Amino acid sequence: MPVQPRPVENEAPYELGNTSPIKGFHLATGGTAKHPGWVEPQTSPTPTVDRPFGRRIVLSVVGLGAVGFALGGPLQNAIDAVLSPVRRIDPTGLADLVPGEGGWRYYSVAARQPDLSTAEYRLRVDGLVDRPNTFGWGDIADLPQTFWTRDFQCVTGWRVDDAAWQGVELRTLLDAVGVQSTARAVTLYSHDGLYTESLTVEQVEQDEVLVATHLDGEVISRDHGGPVRLLVVPMYGYKSLKWLSRVEMVEAVDPGYWEERGYDIDAYVGASNGRNDEPIT
Amino acid sequence: MTSTPTSGRPTGATTSPSPERRFSTAEIVVHAAFALLIGIGILTAAIMWLDTLAVAVGRRDLIRTVHVTAGLLAPLPLALGLLSTRFRADVARLERWTDTDVEWLRSKDRRSGRLPVSKFNAGQKLNAALTVGAVVVLLGTGTVMGGWLWSWPTSARTDATWVHDWTAFALTLAVVGHVVFAVRYRRGDSSTSQPRNATSSRNRVSG
Repeated sequence: MPVQPRPVENEAPYELGNTSPIKGFHLATGGTAKHPGWVEPQTSPTPTVDRPFGRRIVLSVVGLGAVGFALGGPLQNAIDAVLSPVRRIDPTGLADLVPGEGGWRYYSVAARQPDLSTAEYRLRVDGLVDRPNTFGWGDIADLPQTFWTRDFQCVTGWRVDDAAWQGVELRTLLDAVGVQSTARAVTLYSHDGLYTESLTVEQVEQDEVLVATHLDGEVISRDHGGPVRLLVVPMYGYKSLKWLSRVEMVEAVDPGYWEERGYDIDAYVGASNGRNDEPIT
Repeated sequence: MTSTPTSGRPTGATTSPSPERRFSTAEIVVHAAFALLIGIGILTAAIMWLDTLAVAVGRRDLIRTVHVTAGLLAPLPLALGLLSTRFRADVARLERWTDTDVEWLRSKDRRSGRLPVSKFNAGQKLNAALTVGAVVVLLGTGTVMGGWLWSWPTSARTDATWVHDWTAFALTLAVVGHVVFAVRYRRGDSSTSQPRNATSSRNRVSG
């Protein structure tokens, strides 16, 4: 006996032809679907309208992404302006899960972060200098101290207002060992071994560059690059090398970890990396 | 997705080898592979994104490589799935919205069975479309961030990063919702809703 064909699972009748104005986007059909069990529906007593909403939703999402990419900075700032007050009063910290500006973020490139007490800490200063030396925590504390309250701006967009730093200016430290005239740049090394940074001699002389020991009144924590890190005030955060372990005077600038990954070597806030953030002075 | 057979389902005139199964083996494999890749993407993203995890795990280059690899591979299961007739048919079902679907999505009693639902409910159709859209956006912005095809300026990369972050955040919420609905509305579990009749029971499906 021939079996009466009928649609499986009472699908609402729909036509599977590609009726969309958007050609070639309808991946699923090539005429009538012929999967097992599917039978052309009988004429429906009440014709149901159905629409290719799926592709419209897909295209809308893609369009939204493109708009976000095209508008970029201004849109970002507008949304951050709405979100930052929420973040500030949010006691759970959950608001920090939402993307956007939200204070310090960690880009942890090494397998483990150095965990040094102030007693264990050593800073080697060598290269093209007259008196290579190793400084302990106490030696740094004995040098003239500098206190700066400055914003901290990351190249990925987040900014921390009014961070209070204490430490020794890098040029003060270098004066203590005597820089030779052949030195044109300084290479800075991190304890994690992966991370280096560079500054020109002129930048060290003219810009605010700190060998920082304290942040907001406390010894810099491990996660913030403590006990001693670099702070290059006018530049994006990646120049402010964490877990500073060695300062070497060299003849030329050597691109560091992030510079090898496409970021500018002269990383002045608002004047590099194609960004227009408010400069830090 | 479970393939637990439900009883009493009319099979009609079908030549399907296992008409009681909601999804074919090919579809289940596609779903598993896609879910695994998206899962790896979310996990590695979390390690790079959440401060606590970032500091605890470190190894950013390795995590990034895993993340990028999983992301670039994510469309592959879907593309291979298109070789399957049943997968293509289900994509077609997810693509078409009836007026009832829109009403279903807007109604408060959408689980009551009052409104007829075919193989996929409107929530599932929405989830599928949003997921595909999000994956396209993540691939596009990820390509800009990686700078593989074009040497984008850093500002473009940070803009792409921002879109990538928000899209990933939304996609993660959608995935969490998808799993929650899948567990809550397991097929054959009648304790979670009160279907009016056998038809709606049969068609009640996970999110």
